[in-house]
Amino acid sequence: MFPFSAIVGQDDMKRALLIAAVDPAVGGVLLFGDRGTGKSTAVRALASLLPKMRAVVGCAYACSPDSDYCEAAHCGVPRRDGKRKDKLYPVPVVDLPLGVTEDRVVGALDIEKALVHGEKSFEPGLLARANRGFLYIDEVNLLEDHIVDLLLDVAASGENLVEREGLSVRHPARFVLVGSGNPEEGELRPQLLDRFGLAVEVSTPTDVAERVEVIKRRDVYESDPAAFAKKWSRKDGALRRKIVRARDALASIEVSDAMLGKAAEICIALATDGSRGELTLIRAARAIAAFNGDDAVTRSHLEQVAHLALGHRLRRNPLDESSAGARVERVLESVLGG
Amino acid sequence: MRSSPKQLPRSDAATAALLLAVDPHGLGGAILSGMPGLVRDRWLERFRALLPASAPWRKIPVNVGEDRLLGGLDFASTLASGRPVFASGLLETSDGGVVLLSMAERASLSVAAIIGGVLERGELRIERDGTARTAPSRFSVIALDESLDDEAGIADGLAERLAFRLRLADLDPGELSLDGWRATHIVAARKNLESVCVADGVVERLCQTAAQFGIGSARGELFALRAARAAAALLGHKVVGDDEAAIGARLVLPQRATCLPPDDAQDDEATQAPPESDKSGERRDSPDIPDDVLVDAVRAALPDGLLAMLQQQGGRRRSSAGGRAGPRAVSRRRGRPVGVRPAESLAGARLNVLATLKAAVPWQPLRGRSIDAGDVALRLRKEDLRVTRFEDSQEATTVFVVDASGSQAARRLAEVKGAIELLLNDCYVRRDQVALIAFRGAEAEVLLSPTRALARAKRSLAALPGGGGTPLASGLDTARELAESIAHHGRVPAIVLMTDGRANIARDGKADIRRAEDDALNAARELNVEGFRSLLVDTARRPKPRARAIADAMGAHYVPLPQADAATLSATVQAHTA
Repeated sequence: MFPFSAIVGQDDMKRALLIAAVDPAVGGVLLFGDRGTGKSTAVRALASLLPKMRAVVGCAYACSPDSDYCEAAHCGVPRRDGKRKDKLYPVPVVDLPLGVTEDRVVGALDIEKALVHGEKSFEPGLLARANRGFLYIDEVNLLEDHIVDLLLDVAASGENLVEREGLSVRHPARFVLVGSGNPEEGELRPQLLDRFGLAVEVSTPTDVAERVEVIKRRDVYESDPAAFAKKWSRKDGALRRKIVRARDALASIEVSDAMLGKAAEICIALATDGSRGELTLIRAARAIAAFNGDDAVTRSHLEQVAHLALGHRLRRNPLDESSAGARVERVLESVLGG
Repeated sequence: MRSSPKQLPRSDAATAALLLAVDPHGLGGAILSGMPGLVRDRWLERFRALLPASAPWRKIPVNVGEDRLLGGLDFASTLASGRPVFASGLLETSDGGVVLLSMAERASLSVAAIIGGVLERGELRIERDGTARTAPSRFSVIALDESLDDEAGIADGLAERLAFRLRLADLDPGELSLDGWRATHIVAARKNLESVCVADGVVERLCQTAAQFGIGSARGELFALRAARAAAALLGHKVVGDDEAAIGARLVLPQRATCLPPDDAQDDEATQAPPESDKSGERRDSPDIPDDVLVDAVRAALPDGLLAMLQQQGGRRRSSAGGRAGPRAVSRRRGRPVGVRPAESLAGARLNVLATLKAAVPWQPLRGRSIDAGDVALRLRKEDLRVTRFEDSQEATTVFVVDASGSQAARRLAEVKGAIELLLNDCYVRRDQVALIAFRGAEAEVLLSPTRALARAKRSLAALPGGGGTPLASGLDTARELAESIAHHGRVPAIVLMTDGRANIARDGKADIRRAEDDALNAARELNVEGFRSLLVDTARRPKPRARAIADAMGAHYVPLPQADAATLSATVQAHTA
């Protein structure tokens, strides 16, 4: 796995993913843009960066030991003396491959058991595996509509409900949706776009020195992945500790009324629909403040995340040439002052 | 074993075959463009002979389903054996070998994306029909691209992951000689590959060269570097120096170029206003001009057509989306089948019998079916119903053909532009693609190939100058050619012609009113033969029979602009093109 800290440039992309790592409630990340910019690499690298999580041993949904869900969800892990055995597990980053069939996404009856023994037994799908982690869809704009609808439904409720052959299973499915794609192959449906808390327009670096560094690191990585990962493990470790600290600090980050006011002003000036944008803006600003080790949200934090939280929520004007990023920047300048 | 030849073959196509045989998965593969024929067969034969005899060689038909590609539940065996049997797909059985994708330009975006994704990861992840599995799948893709020069080729997502593009049309079979290289040399080179290092400065020079040619994706440089390594390994060199880098650059970079190096492009840009001012200058500030070796290598290998195009477009080409861009509208029962989905209801959908039976098979014991008891019928339930999903190929591309000649007074042209902008808005809502043709002076010109980037359409429109003669026939001919190419790609072209119907330049470019009008009528009739949906907007101040006659000849609906306020015009266009 290519280490996260070895990714050259692409600050917006890295920032958005780190925000989601600090505060999953920010609601998903969309990476949209040029090819060959390391979008998938970054998401897959995030997996090994995330601090481990505590989960019930043997639970198919990796439930937290404090959760009461295990009984309800048929995973059949009993309590002993009111407790269940738990362990630290890596946070799942589940890749949804193209060509996936619906039964594997939501889970279905175990075919083997049904055929051979005539038994009904629920075989959890990818949504179960992604619980408490990340669900990654590469080429999200090529995913079939009926699968997309299904994901949206579950992402909104945090719960997956399967009814098959008279068996009814309900299990938790809370995950951060991460999508990547190339807009030239088709734009994203507005409903799906809106579900992503943050969206990043990823573009090719134009600076030759930066590109040289990209190629050199890639080249070293490909000739010996293990040695390369080892070389960067210290930096990855530092990032991981920063994420842990930020998570702990998150609740205590102060957001003053003045900053809430500014956030509202920005959203009004950009005419974003609904309050989702505003909430995400504040959450993301708080997460980045926590990540940077600051105590309170400031203008600078709003500036760092506004285009990520709002860029994809602007009403589209097909004939407006200026990019969403430029429009956000103009508004930031007028609201926050230069 | 005979010792290796000292030099790589003279022909690039043969060299590419050698390099790919040395590092088949690392280099991704090659696009062979050109019609089927002796040269292509010969190249494939030569390439195959370089690979180990045991390497799989799998042909993938263009209309392959996900089932065949990725694998799925084997219906017959599952029924017969009473336990789930999963049949491996083509990609799983291609590990360590070659995947041959025929008519790759017609492959659906999802097939291209699946192959591209597996190629990238070297691993196949399957989550289908109750099976989850991961299998190593490191193969090389040979994509056979039979698209014509001016058509969109293979989907970019796949094309970009293949290092080489060979234009076989320009070659004759004799040029494919490997000049003494054989499979045994490949085996030796594969062993050397790991220990090849890269000399200082080579990566820098490759990156600068790629930047000079406006290559966006980092895969350009990465593949050039890999190809250079393979070349060094073949030649028995321990270090990649400028000579090997030049080979890599020459084979990998030209087809990815989107502009010419600044010093080449300057002459042309001086005469043509650069249309994309938002990006201009970004390459001018590169600190130092790289060694000309690599730049020269790439420039020399630019195919003629591409070179001409880059020059014509002021040294800048936007890479096309390639393939069938855009979200596929999935209709209920038209177009190419792209898969199955569970049916909520069968209304208006087509039942997929096999998929339905397959869905029911695993649950038969649960439903109490017992073969021993002579119970032969499958027990179906509503949740087993599967319907076929079709890819709707009926997406529209609206071709605007604008008369920008002197007979259109400047103010009139502005009105026409305004009308088109409104129509563009409609296209956006309908997610149509648009193309723009203008005719003035001696002949017509395609200002914008089919695209969904409407901001670009607007830009080209705004920059459109007026004045000069009226080569109406040329405008109609160009429209017909473009519409044919669009139709060839399975999209539905609709032509919106905006003219006052006056023609004064004949097909041969000479000013002759009589012949010009005859030619225009003939061109209009030829357009009619194709049966494209079309609309003629008469832009004359006082509509005259001339434009009406052209409209009749081309079988177009006729609307005079003076009567058409924005809303009426847009409604009319919608009614007659959609």
